[in-house]
Amino acid sequence: MALLEVKNLGISFGGLRAVDDFNIRIEEGQLYGLIGPNGAGKTTIFNLLTGVYKPTDGSILLDGKNIVGKSIHKISHEGIARTFQNIRLFGKMTVLENVKVGLHSQYKYSLFAGIFQYPAIKKEAQMTERAMEILEVFGLAEDAELLASNLPYGQQRKLEIARALATNPKLLLLDEPAAGMNPNETKELMDTIRLVREKFHVTVLLIEHDMKLVSGICEELTVLNFGTVLTQGKPEDVLNDPKVITAYLGE
Amino acid sequence: MANEFVKAKTKEVRKSTIQKAVIIALAYVGVIALVSSGVLGYQYSSVLISVAVNIIAAVSLNLVTGFLGELSLGHAGFMAIGAYTGALITLHLNLPAPVEIFLGLAGAGIMAAIFGLIIGIPVLRLHGDYLAIVTLAFGQIIASILNYVKSITGGAAGLNNIEEYTTSDHYLLVLTLVVLSVLIMSNIINSRYGRAITAVRDNYIAAEATGICIRNYKIFAFVVGAFFAGIAGFIFAHNVGVIKPSKFDFNMSINILVFVVLGGMGSIKGSIIAAVVLTVLPEALRGLSDYRMLMYAVILIVVMLFNNSKLRKRLVEESGLKKLFTKKKGEA
Ligand SMILES: Nc1ncnc2c1ncn2[C@@H]1O[C@H](COP(=O)(O)OP(=O)(O)OP(=O)(O)O)[C@@H](O)[C@H]1O
Ligand SMILES: [Mg+2]
Repeated sequence: MALLEVKNLGISFGGLRAVDDFNIRIEEGQLYGLIGPNGAGKTTIFNLLTGVYKPTDGSILLDGKNIVGKSIHKISHEGIARTFQNIRLFGKMTVLENVKVGLHSQYKYSLFAGIFQYPAIKKEAQMTERAMEILEVFGLAEDAELLASNLPYGQQRKLEIARALATNPKLLLLDEPAAGMNPNETKELMDTIRLVREKFHVTVLLIEHDMKLVSGICEELTVLNFGTVLTQGKPEDVLNDPKVITAYLGE
Repeated sequence: MANEFVKAKTKEVRKSTIQKAVIIALAYVGVIALVSSGVLGYQYSSVLISVAVNIIAAVSLNLVTGFLGELSLGHAGFMAIGAYTGALITLHLNLPAPVEIFLGLAGAGIMAAIFGLIIGIPVLRLHGDYLAIVTLAFGQIIASILNYVKSITGGAAGLNNIEEYTTSDHYLLVLTLVVLSVLIMSNIINSRYGRAITAVRDNYIAAEATGICIRNYKIFAFVVGAFFAGIAGFIFAHNVGVIKPSKFDFNMSINILVFVVLGGMGSIKGSIIAAVVLTVLPEALRGLSDYRMLMYAVILIVVMLFNNSKLRKRLVEESGLKKLFTKKKGEA
């Protein structure tokens, strides 16, 4: 059984059919790429997968279970985590606290434990330890006490991924994780993403603009154009497909 | 590395617990010394209770406005509910004082919390200016209802002869209530519950995507804020002995908001300091008679300007007072 199976997914905004008859099948452990020109509907698909938008048609099966209609935080509990195209951190909280928010649903204690501090303090220490482990993977451990909004741009993108991983997801959605990074930073990030997949046993679906970059890391690609699937398959086949070349370069 | 960090962090928590204990002990010693030595005199002894009411009110409003980030202009409404509920309980019961006080406090807090729950529901749909207007209206509605149901509340004349359980003669009880209230609220803020609330404030879209049920935490912040506003209302009623709907007007809500803004949104310490200073200040300015409120307003403006100035930044950095002025972690 595939980890994620999306069938005939569609959504309309007024007259605009932003996504139509979208199908995708992602196996556990895969590193999957979703590409397409501006406005193709990539982010909209992430918003559908995470419950931000309710689809007008179709189904989304995570581990065989339909998650359409579930609320956003429930879908997070089901095991889908994401990052955002325009970074969304908890700016006035520290780097460490940002990751601890990600751990919120796994490390629980009652309100009274919080008020009397016991055993909350122990749980908090466990959370801190786990958060630091995650931050270390991203080279952010040293910055744990900084305010998230004071991090440089590239680090903020990494922190967003760290926070998403803290929710212990089965499926990690990354929306243009390399946007705004220079080639060196991008390469480093791609290595980190590969590492993360091994270390956290997570399946990754990532959106990227840059086809070259995506072909280096993804095992399978879906190309989206005007809200519909243009083609799907192995990167080398997809990127040599004349339809794809036309979509990117124009007629 | 992670391990060392956790150890250091745990040490930090322990240190801040000790610090808190010391501050609380000092507060007790200080207040006892001030009252028993008689330096305060009659005028300032009664201000002591106002200070207490304002501290609890300010910290509880900070929960909603500073930590959750929702502007509330109706905090006096919750205080009114606490004041009336508490007073009605102690007026109608005929039990030993400690029992009446306990039941009155519980009733005041719980009834206010129930209204917090009710007002919390529109919070789910509204933000910012719109919500501010709703909370403003809420405050007015409470006052009108208290005016209207004369048979219970005494209408515009209000309730009289409320037992004087929390006057300056009972300053130790009041101080204990302040300490407990602030401690409970600050521990909540520093727990996973407070973290979730601040996450919702900083970015509700990300908070939701990270698995936080924003509906629950928004309502939770309103309920806890209202509960302690109710406690503040109880102390207020049992200090003055007389309550009227007009006491809990828009002005009162704004005054509390001033403490929160001046002390710093999301800083419990700041709210406490602002509440103390701004409650004592008008008393200290009494000698200026007619110019009193003018001076008060001028001082407010100057403090706000100073708080946002480069001068303050430089002073804080140079004098090594950075630690004192930077907000505590978790409070930030
Ligand atoms: N909430 C919305 N209401 C109306 N239209 C929307 C909404 N969200 C997205 N759209 C439209 O849907 C289309 C797809 O947008 P989307 O953001 O998914 O594109 P994208 O592939 O992520 O593009 P980019 O590469 O620029 O990020 C666009 O035409 C956009 O204007
Ligand atoms: Mg996009």
